[in-house]
Amino acid sequence: MARVSMKVDGVVYEDHVEPRTLLVHHLREKLGRVGTPVGCDTSNCGACILHVDGESVKSCSVLAVQADGADITTIQGLDGGEGTDGAWHPVQTAFQEHHGLQCGYCTPGMVMAAVDLLRTNPDPTEDEVRHGLEGNLCRCTGYVNIVKAVLSAASELRGQGAHRGSFQDAAPAQAQPAGARA
Amino acid sequence: MTEQMDAGFVAEQIAEHPEAVHKPYAGGELGRGRRRKEDAKLLTGQTNWTDNITLPGLLHMSVLRSPMAHARVLSVDVSPALEMPGVIAAYSGRDLADVQGSLPCAWPVTPEMVHPDHSPLAVDEVRYVGDGVAVVIARDRYAAADALEAIVVEYEQLPAVVDMEAALAEGAALVHSDKGTNACFTWPFAGGADYAETLAGHPDAVVVRRRFRQQRLLPSPMEPRSVVVAPIAAADDYTVYSSTQIPHILRVMLALVTGIGEHKIRVIAPDVGGGFGCKLNVYAEEVLALVVARKLGRPIKWTESRSEHYQATIHGRDQIQDIEIAATPEGTLLGLKVELLADMGAYLQLVTPGVPILGAFMFPAIYKMDAYSFTCTGVFTTKTPTDAYRGAGRPEATYAIERIMDELAAELGRDPMDLRKQNWIKHEEFPFEMVAGLTYDSGNYEAATELAEQMFDMTALRAEQAERRARQDPVQLGIGISTFTEMCGLAPSRVLGSLSYGAGGWEAAQIRMLPTGKVEVTSGATPHGQGHHTAWSQIVADALGVPFEDVEVITGDTDSSPKGMDTYGSRSLVVGGVAIHKATGKVIEKAKRVAAHLLEAAEGDVEFAGGTFTVKGSPEASLTIQQVALATFAAHNLPEGMEPTLDSDYVYDPENFSYPHGTHLCAVMIDTETGFTKIRKYVCVDDVGKIVNPVIVQGQIHGGLAQGIAQALYEEAVHDAEGNLITGSMVDYLIPSAADLPHFHTGRTETASTSNPLGVKGVGEAGTIASTPAVINAVVDALRPWGVDNIDMPATPERVWRAIHDDGTLRVPSGTVSYGGAQTAATSGGAA
Amino acid sequence: MIPAPFEYVAPTSVADAVAALGEAGEDGKVLAGGQSLIPVLRLRLAFPSTLVDLRKVEELRGVRDDGDALVIGAMTRHDDVLRDPLVARHAALVVAATATVADPAVRHRGTFGGALAHADPAGDLAAVALALDASMVLEGPGGRRTVPASEFFVDYLETAMQPDEILVEVRVPKLQGQWGVHYEKFNRVAQAWAIVGVAVAVRRDNGSLAEARIGLTNMGATPVRARATEAALAGAPADVGSVKAAAASAADGTTPPSDLNGAADYRAHLARVLTARAVARAAGLTG
Repeated sequence: MARVSMKVDGVVYEDHVEPRTLLVHHLREKLGRVGTPVGCDTSNCGACILHVDGESVKSCSVLAVQADGADITTIQGLDGGEGTDGAWHPVQTAFQEHHGLQCGYCTPGMVMAAVDLLRTNPDPTEDEVRHGLEGNLCRCTGYVNIVKAVLSAASELRGQGAHRGSFQDAAPAQAQPAGARA
Repeated sequence: MTEQMDAGFVAEQIAEHPEAVHKPYAGGELGRGRRRKEDAKLLTGQTNWTDNITLPGLLHMSVLRSPMAHARVLSVDVSPALEMPGVIAAYSGRDLADVQGSLPCAWPVTPEMVHPDHSPLAVDEVRYVGDGVAVVIARDRYAAADALEAIVVEYEQLPAVVDMEAALAEGAALVHSDKGTNACFTWPFAGGADYAETLAGHPDAVVVRRRFRQQRLLPSPMEPRSVVVAPIAAADDYTVYSSTQIPHILRVMLALVTGIGEHKIRVIAPDVGGGFGCKLNVYAEEVLALVVARKLGRPIKWTESRSEHYQATIHGRDQIQDIEIAATPEGTLLGLKVELLADMGAYLQLVTPGVPILGAFMFPAIYKMDAYSFTCTGVFTTKTPTDAYRGAGRPEATYAIERIMDELAAELGRDPMDLRKQNWIKHEEFPFEMVAGLTYDSGNYEAATELAEQMFDMTALRAEQAERRARQDPVQLGIGISTFTEMCGLAPSRVLGSLSYGAGGWEAAQIRMLPTGKVEVTSGATPHGQGHHTAWSQIVADALGVPFEDVEVITGDTDSSPKGMDTYGSRSLVVGGVAIHKATGKVIEKAKRVAAHLLEAAEGDVEFAGGTFTVKGSPEASLTIQQVALATFAAHNLPEGMEPTLDSDYVYDPENFSYPHGTHLCAVMIDTETGFTKIRKYVCVDDVGKIVNPVIVQGQIHGGLAQGIAQALYEEAVHDAEGNLITGSMVDYLIPSAADLPHFHTGRTETASTSNPLGVKGVGEAGTIASTPAVINAVVDALRPWGVDNIDMPATPERVWRAIHDDGTLRVPSGTVSYGGAQTAATSGGAA
Repeated sequence: MIPAPFEYVAPTSVADAVAALGEAGEDGKVLAGGQSLIPVLRLRLAFPSTLVDLRKVEELRGVRDDGDALVIGAMTRHDDVLRDPLVARHAALVVAATATVADPAVRHRGTFGGALAHADPAGDLAAVALALDASMVLEGPGGRRTVPASEFFVDYLETAMQPDEILVEVRVPKLQGQWGVHYEKFNRVAQAWAIVGVAVAVRRDNGSLAEARIGLTNMGATPVRARATEAALAGAPADVGSVKAAAASAADGTTPPSDLNGAADYRAHLARVLTARAVARAAGLTG
């Protein structure tokens, strides 16, 4: 067993885990943070995406021991949206407004990936959104409304920059390297 | 406190807060694009997936699965597993033989159908890779997974049966040796005139034949299956949580399979993360978790991994279709002949044999013709059983007819849309009795097509296609059409009975008016992403004249919504929604009596609109439905003999199917040097009848398109000659992402169904059914100058490339392609 | 699915990591970003006794300028590579290929060195390393040694590394002169592995193509150079026709696999087509 300490959605947890424990299982089974689901075993589907130290990560492909000392944000901790008085993140709001979810299983990963995408590219094109989410599979929506939601959240966030510290502080837009994709 | 006092107290409280019972109805709920009630929990990670459920003392089950497609099980030794840390129990199939029963098939399509036993854990023989041979129960899922490695199984390999045609050949190895055959059933069907005679009567008939393959598909909802059983063993009482589309059917079936009293089983489908048909089943693990929980008296959870899902959850499609269509030289259809082989896999799951039969009625689609002949043979193979996958029988039929209409058009040198127009039912001809025996209630194919063609800009695309062909551009443009219909709203019970299905097709609803005027609605339709709670709220709000927010929908629990036939076959709105609508009618009827009584008016003089009862001629005398609900609850002053409740039940059995239709147009760009196909434009106009919520409807279309396009271009479950699934994970089974799919341009026409009072038709499967042939027709259209008249799905880059290359060299386009009009050049044609 | 149990150590220096790996013996395995390894463990396709996690070895991270070469630390994440100004300036081909690796979340964990050490011939970076004549700096109990990319990739998922050696850093020679680069990846869906990939760097000089470096992804058990095409391009006129003619030999000497996504002859064809496109693009002949 290995000792791990990590902050999850603002709360510090210290535990002993088997080294083989996947981060997502640690969160779900030991910490009761079940907002992050598991959809595959090959890191293709992206349902388990959360943020480790502010960056999107597939939590089924990370060991809990590798997250020792990390600051983790799950869908449950995004803008404190769990309680009735918690404000939603603009990406969450946009997903509802544009019907960017149906069964909702891919949604935590999709939202967390989208938030990260907009952190690094606050003004993406439709094509950049589509490629930015290529590691997230959705079986319900056909993606059109997800893409719409992300583009709409992007413009919302740009307009509200002053109210969103984390986005104001974000690095400037990183253009995708040219010629990268067939 | 007595009931009377309690009621009085509530009435007092409400009297002090009159706004609670005077909520006005703003109107316009039906057809309004409400944002979904479901979203709040889903967007904030507060969803109750089955795998999220935990209980004190919860144990985890894992299943050891056969690594061979076909083998005799000589021995299973679970004792080493019992030595592993944290292992509570382990059982082989033989250990559970007395209690595990046999998994049900509810659709014996013919009396002679071969129906093999299907024990949840194999006892003597395994018949597909993934067939369960033993289970382990351990304190956590890690220990349960580890202990599987310790179990020792001796197998004697038997021959795999992988190919359907080989399986039917003389002397083929048998999947079920005691049955003497790999043929499960043969189901013949005919409609209209005799096909052979019709052809004989038209010696000049143009006949086109093709063989189409419906590849095997993996349904792949994002949520893998999961089941939790909470027993009170001492009382022989069980709560089963399952990620299922069918809690009500599952309850009945679990009782029948295990012998536990139906009244002792409560099934809950918590939040379910997609199903697409694959959760319309009764699975081995549901039975095993139940019988093991019963044995141990402790709660059990089983959750599949994705790779386990790909082996142990049903697969979809897998048919070989031999299609022949005959028309006059002028293009008027004469008849259609369909011969199917349908791969059942190793066993019959809940509706395995019924899937191709559901399609039998849809091959003639929207076209008038004289004769129709159909036959289907179900075939056993040593592969995972097939069963319903989004569309279930209808995508296969639609693909075949829409593809062969294009082939016939090519043969005749006609524009494929023009040929369709010549043969489809005109809008003024509805209701129309089809050659397959169904009566289509309504439709307007002309209107949907006209709008789609406008949105698509067909003229410009055809012009560009001609230019690209003329200059032999390495990137070729293809245009595909699909003017589809489908039958939704499964189903009139008498029709299901005539098809030997084991249950009815009704749906149940219940309305409960609460004292404060809030409304609870229970529905037997069980959602797994569709948005029932939102749509049902709209129907009820509109009918009762209460605010949308005041309606709460309860589903998925056999305790709180005890009756139901569940969700599949685009039936929820058409059957379940209508049941709810009818139940509101009963509430209004009762409330009207109370209102008349309280307003001291004759019942005939009381009118109801917008949530308010008024008396004809005295506009000041009125009561809101909420006030009536409170008065009924208080029961101080009710009509003589009236029960103090406005609640109502309704079980609705539809009289007919509904027939959504639409026109889908797809333009693809094909890189002839690599074979890569990219969808350039996708336009669809769907007519799904009256619309309750356009936002949800559009979402359903979008998702359906993605799955239909995926069948055309990306997805295929492939087995090797030994019966191993070589697309066993998402690395090899290619589900398209946002980066792979195009934007969808959707439009709609609304032709009300005349089969139900809401005028609705159903939308869950439309996109999937329509899109696959639109895409493949476009691919074949692009390649037709090279003489290509068919391509197997998925149309991979390699397949496309091979279709137009000989020994690695691009063939010279061999003919002009005519779409009618001035051009009359012969087409590549060539029947297969 | 769930990995089988293993021991885990997270040393803080290369020396300690090497020692830990030696101690672990044959069944020890290095954990870098884990984006290939952890799925393999979950599917129980590998059963290492010990994982030596390099995440705390700070000296393995980062990119530095070392005169003629750029030195990329083995634990530098793909995402860091994409944002690194030195790599952008001196090894743009690395950036082009890295941008196609998996998806953004995987690129936040996966590492440059890990991808090379995994030696999957379908991986995008190995062909780049080969094309750029990169060399791998390995450290084992006996000290450091440098292995050129041409000798590093030995077979399918097999490198010249000894079981007790660790890939420390990768030296990527800077391209001197007027180079254009392009990575052409062909796959059926965006996040899939390459069916065939072509990494190209080409130098133009006075209207002709002076020099080309071409690495092929997934055209054999290891990444391979398209030497015949390189030779044909040397000094060829800078026009699409010459490029196509040269690319006709792109698959010469390769032994591509046959699998679900393509038989060998199709892959060979793709290699020719994609090489022509990649060279033309890198040379600025097409957009």
